Amino acid sequence: MTNLKLAVAATALVALGACTSADRFGPGSGGAASGGFGADGGIAGSVNDPTSPAFFNETIGDRVLFAVDQSTLSPEAQAVLDQQAVWLTQNGAYRALIEGHADEQGTTDYNLALGARRASAVQNYLISRGVAPNRLQTISYGKERPIQICSDETCYSQNRRSVTVITAGAGV
Amino acid sequence: MKVLSSLVLGLVMALASPVAAQERSGPLRIEITQGVIEPVPIAVAPFLAENTAASDFARQITAVVASDLVGTGLFRDVPKNAYISQVSDFNGAVAYPDWKAINVEALVTGAVTLTSDNRLVVKFRLFDIFTGAPLGEGLQFAGGTDSWRRVAHKVADQVYGRITGETGYFDSRVVYVEETGPKNARAKRLAIMDYDGANIQYLTDASSIVLAPRFSPTGDRVLFTSYESGFPQIYELAVGTVTKRALQVDAAAMTFAPRYAPNGQTVLYSRSEGGNTDIYRLDLASGQRARLTSAPSIETAPSFSPDGSQIVFESDRSGNQQLYVMPAGGGEAKRISFGQGRYGTPVWSPRGDFIAFTKQNAGRFHIGVMRTDGSNERLLTASFLDEGPTWAPNGRVLMFTRESAGAAGEPALFSVDISGRNLKRLAMPTAASDPAWSPLLP
Repeated sequence: MTNLKLAVAATALVALGACTSADRFGPGSGGAASGGFGADGGIAGSVNDPTSPAFFNETIGDRVLFAVDQSTLSPEAQAVLDQQAVWLTQNGAYRALIEGHADEQGTTDYNLALGARRASAVQNYLISRGVAPNRLQTISYGKERPIQICSDETCYSQNRRSVTVITAGAGV
Repeated sequence: MKVLSSLVLGLVMALASPVAAQERSGPLRIEITQGVIEPVPIAVAPFLAENTAASDFARQITAVVASDLVGTGLFRDVPKNAYISQVSDFNGAVAYPDWKAINVEALVTGAVTLTSDNRLVVKFRLFDIFTGAPLGEGLQFAGGTDSWRRVAHKVADQVYGRITGETGYFDSRVVYVEETGPKNARAKRLAIMDYDGANIQYLTDASSIVLAPRFSPTGDRVLFTSYESGFPQIYELAVGTVTKRALQVDAAAMTFAPRYAPNGQTVLYSRSEGGNTDIYRLDLASGQRARLTSAPSIETAPSFSPDGSQIVFESDRSGNQQLYVMPAGGGEAKRISFGQGRYGTPVWSPRGDFIAFTKQNAGRFHIGVMRTDGSNERLLTASFLDEGPTWAPNGRVLMFTRESAGAAGEPALFSVDISGRNLKRLAMPTAASDPAWSPLLP
């Protein structure tokens, strides 16, 4: 048990080093390639702890995907966001930064605007499910931060995403 | 004069009908087939060093003048070893028959002096070999030794201008985004360089994402978007001092895609709030803002007409990206793009005659131009990803970003004539994107 705790602590140190801000849990997708869903696992508590950001990132899922040029939430996306909303309402010590992203098939300006639209669609949905608006912030990265780097639909479909990044703090 | 004026005519014809074959009488023949023109042979004779200290400069200046002219695709520099007579006296008589014999149509001669106070003085002359007469007066430029490239560009601009009737574009700079690192963790920083890739200087560090720099009409300031605050916001940077300031137009919302008005005092930008992006105007002196569009669709990438009376921008109000023109104060917008596909990043030519744009259609990207009413659309390039044209100061050449596909894909800067000729990649040490061309330097 002691050994396990040590391992978790070591992972946390590495992950903090790679994070873009100190109060941010989980890799999100604003930083370097993390490969996806909570690859850095233990940083924000155990996946087995339903109140942990790690649980949010990996068990619920921190992201939803979009069709080309669209910001409409699919039924699958809504199901993920329903669970995100429940988690956020039950874990009031956190807030969320919602990142909107686009794939590379588009111009920079338009993709920034499209990412903003996607992040906003997620924000509005979470608010409609009871999350306080002052706990949610949005940002668009346009096509600046792809998570998959090939140039075909298998990658594009993963890059057209919004990522709900859990951060410390009860709201602004 | 006859030969060179027919060259001017040839250029105009080339712009009007880029793929029509042209036959003309006389020794000068410009054939334009599939967008390819036969470059006119010229001789840029080695500039003479009038004192020993000037000899390196003379050699380097000659090379830059030749490189500028040949780089346009309009000229071919006849090799020195083909010369029958050498230019050994800047004021000596030109041996026209010797140049005519090797089919040279225009001769550039020059002389360089390094003064005792370390200044370069560069004189040049241009001769029309066919008519056997000088083309314009001899001219002299002076500058510090560190500005030898600029002096060379000014000579080349004069030669280009006298032969084509167009203003040159060589004495100009380009601000762009340098890109390093892997595709999923790109580091970006603003950089500035001469139009030909020389003299690279960095304007920001790589600690935050920077996007889409844009020159002021006088070239002394640059607008750009940075994530420095954690969120995209627009900034203004003074090129001379490399100092930047946040324009603080709106800390609560994302702002991006800034561009100066021709007066240099008004800035257009996009602002996203609640997922909706519209176009706004900022007066730099008063800080006063005005909203110019108000629609639930995406309105972005605004660009003023050179007279400041109109704005071209992109909007997806019709269901996908298209180009629209509205009055400078906002108001009813008229759609001008009607072809297949999606249109974005419109930029009004500094001459006012064309709008350049990015087009996406059937999985390909193109740089194109159209008249300002949307007529005469012509696509100049095609690739996996071409984006973001910027005009040369004379409105006759475009620079843009071309990105290669795949996991190792990266962007590079390319340029192309508005006739579609002379597509080429700029030689640069790193990946680069988002170029913006300065006005001609003073």
